[in-house]
Amino acid sequence: MVAHAIFFYIFSIIAVISAIMVTVSKNTVHSVFFLILDFISISCLFIMIGAEFLGMIMLIVYVGAVAVLFLFVVMMLNVAQQKNQWFNSEATSSSHIPVGLIISTIIFFELIIVVGGWKYKPELSDQNTTQISNEISNTHSLGQVLYTDYIHIFQISGMILLIAMIGAIVLTYRRREGVKTQSYLKQISRERSEGIEVLEVQSNKGVKIDD
Amino acid sequence: MIEIGLGHYLTLGAVIFSIGVIGIFLNRKNIIVILMSIELILLAVNINLVSFSIYLGDLTGQVFTLFILTVAAAEAAIGLAIIVVYYRNAGTIRVEEIDKLKG
Repeated sequence: MVAHAIFFYIFSIIAVISAIMVTVSKNTVHSVFFLILDFISISCLFIMIGAEFLGMIMLIVYVGAVAVLFLFVVMMLNVAQQKNQWFNSEATSSSHIPVGLIISTIIFFELIIVVGGWKYKPELSDQNTTQISNEISNTHSLGQVLYTDYIHIFQISGMILLIAMIGAIVLTYRRREGVKTQSYLKQISRERSEGIEVLEVQSNKGVKIDD
Repeated sequence: MIEIGLGHYLTLGAVIFSIGVIGIFLNRKNIIVILMSIELILLAVNINLVSFSIYLGDLTGQVFTLFILTVAAAEAAIGLAIIVVYYRNAGTIRVEEIDKLKG
């Protein structure tokens, strides 16, 4: 129990500090790296609490895919050197900052009040339909539920991923001028009459090809 | 303090959620950091769902965390694609300079 507490505090302090660093760091690349650190520490917390499958999926999806996607975009767009201005510049700083601080403190205290005043019904844990069992592993039990009870939502999430992929491709695809590409329609719709020309070659004159 | 319960995890989720909201408002750099703050908010929601799922003994929270992960990945891909297109058209993604809709 003491080890659980120690590791919880270590990982959560790392997570909170790196979440703060995501928002305040000057360099966007550093923000992405702190985001990666945040995801890793949260997935360690998930593995520690007993949701191993989600922790591993979090590592694969976020650290392996989403964070690398962010890194690619940051490096492509040349925004890493833009200075963070919200501390020093008076002219460009707007009235968003105090409003944002007030709103987020209000949200934080509301969440804390909800958490602190929460009381469970004693029969609540008997009512649920998908009980966590101790005999089979976390991945096994998730798979048993995911492909039976939640199969429709699972299919819909697959459709969401497909639509996101199509949308990203359609948004960023660009046809450039002056790039030589193969045109299948032009190739298969060629006629013999426009492809070759039969000429009468006169002696000592040759043929002048006009193009 | 030593006994780690549901409240500790929910407090961690609340802290990260608030940091994400602060990050959206305080950002003066570029939109990519705003997208990262949205990822932080979704992460806080995931923490809440997983901790409720574990401490109440119900697996449904973890299933829904999986779906939130899916939607977050799709949202990040689409958002970054929009940012790339905007940068190609306007040449900047600084927050102050994106004011085309102001008229």
